[in-house]
Amino acid sequence: MTRPLILLRRRLVGSIFVLLIVIIGSFLLLEAAPGDAVDAYIVSTGGDAGMIELLRHRWGLDQSELTRLANYLWALLHLDLGHSVTFSRPIREIILERLPTTLILMGSATALSFGLGSALGIYAGARPGSFRDRFLSIGSLALYAVPGFWLGLVLIVIFAVDLRWLPIGGIESLASDKTGLARTADIATHLVLPVSALGFIYLALYLRMMRAGMAEAWRQDFVLAARSRGLSRRRIVLAHVARNALLPLVTMLGLQSAQMLGGSVVIESVFAVPGLGRLAQEAVAGRDTPLLLGIILTSAVLVIVINLVVDLAYAFLDPRVGASEAGA
Amino acid sequence: MSNVTISRRAVLAGSAALLASTAMPDIGWAQTLKKGGRLVVAADSEPRNLNPAIVASNGVFFISSKVVETLAEASFDGKDGLQPRLALSWEGAADGLSVTFKLRDGVRWHDGKPFTSADVAFSALQVWKPLQNLGRTVFKDLAAVDTPDDLTAVFKFAKPTPFQLIRNALPALSSVVPKHIYETGKIEENPANNAPVGTGPFKFAEYKAGQYYRLAKNTDYWGKDEPWLDEIVYQVLPDRTSAAAALEAEEIQLAAFSAVPLADLDRISKVPGLKVITKGYEGLTYQLVVEINHRRKELSDLKVRQAIAHAIDKDFVVKTVFLGYAATATGPVPKNDPQFYTADVPTYAFDVAKANALLDEAGYKKGSDGNRFSLKLLPAPYFNETKQFGDYLRQALAAIGIDAELVNNDSPAHIKAVYTDHAFDLAVGPPVFRGDPAISTTILVQSGIPDGVPFSNQGGYKNEELDALIAKASETLDTAARTELYKEFQKKVATDLPLINVAEWSFISVARDTVSNIANNPRWAVSNWADTYLAG
Repeated sequence: MTRPLILLRRRLVGSIFVLLIVIIGSFLLLEAAPGDAVDAYIVSTGGDAGMIELLRHRWGLDQSELTRLANYLWALLHLDLGHSVTFSRPIREIILERLPTTLILMGSATALSFGLGSALGIYAGARPGSFRDRFLSIGSLALYAVPGFWLGLVLIVIFAVDLRWLPIGGIESLASDKTGLARTADIATHLVLPVSALGFIYLALYLRMMRAGMAEAWRQDFVLAARSRGLSRRRIVLAHVARNALLPLVTMLGLQSAQMLGGSVVIESVFAVPGLGRLAQEAVAGRDTPLLLGIILTSAVLVIVINLVVDLAYAFLDPRVGASEAGA
Repeated sequence: MSNVTISRRAVLAGSAALLASTAMPDIGWAQTLKKGGRLVVAADSEPRNLNPAIVASNGVFFISSKVVETLAEASFDGKDGLQPRLALSWEGAADGLSVTFKLRDGVRWHDGKPFTSADVAFSALQVWKPLQNLGRTVFKDLAAVDTPDDLTAVFKFAKPTPFQLIRNALPALSSVVPKHIYETGKIEENPANNAPVGTGPFKFAEYKAGQYYRLAKNTDYWGKDEPWLDEIVYQVLPDRTSAAAALEAEEIQLAAFSAVPLADLDRISKVPGLKVITKGYEGLTYQLVVEINHRRKELSDLKVRQAIAHAIDKDFVVKTVFLGYAATATGPVPKNDPQFYTADVPTYAFDVAKANALLDEAGYKKGSDGNRFSLKLLPAPYFNETKQFGDYLRQALAAIGIDAELVNNDSPAHIKAVYTDHAFDLAVGPPVFRGDPAISTTILVQSGIPDGVPFSNQGGYKNEELDALIAKASETLDTAARTELYKEFQKKVATDLPLINVAEWSFISVARDTVSNIANNPRWAVSNWADTYLAG
């Protein structure tokens, strides 16, 4: 068997256990939170004892926790995510509706932070200790320290309220009947601010990692060797120093995907983007256990898949990875 | 025209004139009437069920009241505070056993079928009485609805029911849904609950979860020349800070229900082209109340409750917590209620010395640390103001030697802690006054309510005299006598303090100057907006 395939098989077996632990853990955590979906619902309606009892019965909340967990797992085995009580719709439908939005937002933000972050990192790492290196390092650190919602609000005030260059929120113009390219452009315009807010925060990580890796690489013997061979500085920076510093960034990319999902909860609320993050917040506020479990499950699968892809890429980039497993 | 605009801006700078500005659009300067256009409104939540006949709540009405109409709507100047909608007239029998509604002729449902008395009978018997959060109480004795002809509906009650109560309940509780759509299958699971069909000036057109609701003009509406707008779009803006920004960026034209936080109003009122409106919510009054757990020995002592009432500086609360957008309260009926309110009740002036004396008298002396006793204080998290008042109350109690520990929960956890588990000593709640004390006010102090019922007396308070008074009022048919009983009720509550009413407030709208005919009835935000227009 080839190396990547063995890696894939091992990861998949492990993933199933991870998912099971995630589900049961989340379920227990949610049950520990005081109040249930009916309590959340009657906040806005009120109601008498009979109505409340009826709702609990209809929503299946009069059953014991264990029965509900068992029912959920059994349904899940049949690939059924269940029914959301806060939206009174099938959960699969709701999640599939929101997933693309979150994927676009996360993907663009990751591309922005990875692309711009590593490019600036190379720029800073080309001359460690120079003015531009210090300026970029401190600047990116300052951005990293800024809370996401605040950065979002500042961007809104500047670019949407004062300058009116960009829309203030949402994923596309309201009820506009746009199609094709016009719609794509419309969505892209709406994504500029949320993607910037989300991407700029994580930019610092890539920048600093790239810069640190390069500063390290400059001291290596192969750089000296490259120099002695009379290679141009440009070539040394890009092909030798930066390339060697790139590997840890790929690992980081996988790890960051989980962080990004967390960050999108806040950013999606600030920019009124109808994605998974905001849905998760609504599910917690509504004590909609099956919906939240569905979201967590989707996110977990997403993170596992991304990390798998990263590992495969890693195995491809670095021949040492997986070599021991192939030999075993 | 430009002169007028400048002078208005100058006027707006003074906050006293803020209130007056709401009356000005009609008289101050002539705005040209313009038909058509899209009104974009901020919405902060997406109700799971949009059927106002099942869920009579402001969140649902905000959207659905434009689609599904009630028998009557609240009015500033109409008889008994009502104006006709689907019903033209209503008459109660002297024995309290029947109410006759004459219905509007020529009304059609959005799908073209005619509206008749059968729809009213179906809504009342199959929806309001068994399923509606408020109707289950008010219409509990409704036995039958006779329909002698297509335009007459006679409500028959098994027990005498005060006509005044039914009348007062009409604006919120009488949404009529189409029988032909709801008669097959389970009413709670009908798809029309998420895409309502009604007789209103706007048809439900589209809902994109997490993004917007769109209502389109009903060209077949019974109101002459109405509606004025082509469509209404509710943009879902979950973040409270974004409504103000969206108004400034001209992406939305109206933010109702205080979507713009009070703290931002001063700034936003100075933005050219925006107006702050405090009218149009008179029929939706919220009351800031200290709920008391009478199971606590100390709190079951009237002197202690009086001391707490004296320790609260209501004027300060109105000024600081509500930034002036509220009124101090005297009892369980708000001052702005035209029918029931009486000022003739015991009042508790802000007096720390007196409060301390009362506590000494009650036998709770200050300990060496300056504390008499400690208790748990749970402010409801639904409004910024209830949370802020919780912080204030903690300090006010500290001044009289009561050490209050603040317990902050999110909404479902708060509901469970207070109304099911009774795990509180004091709680801060915002009950709603709905135009008649019998709808949702008397249950705040009445005994014998099962555990778990929200916004009711879960503090273990029991006063047989008060219970008897509430029971008597619920079956008193004569309007004057019934009103008198509720005045007595206010007096008794203010005397015995089963809970402490601190302030009364309602919501605030912020809109662009072009949005016209705003706030022209006491429940404007949840009325049908048939005559709302965008001035050119």
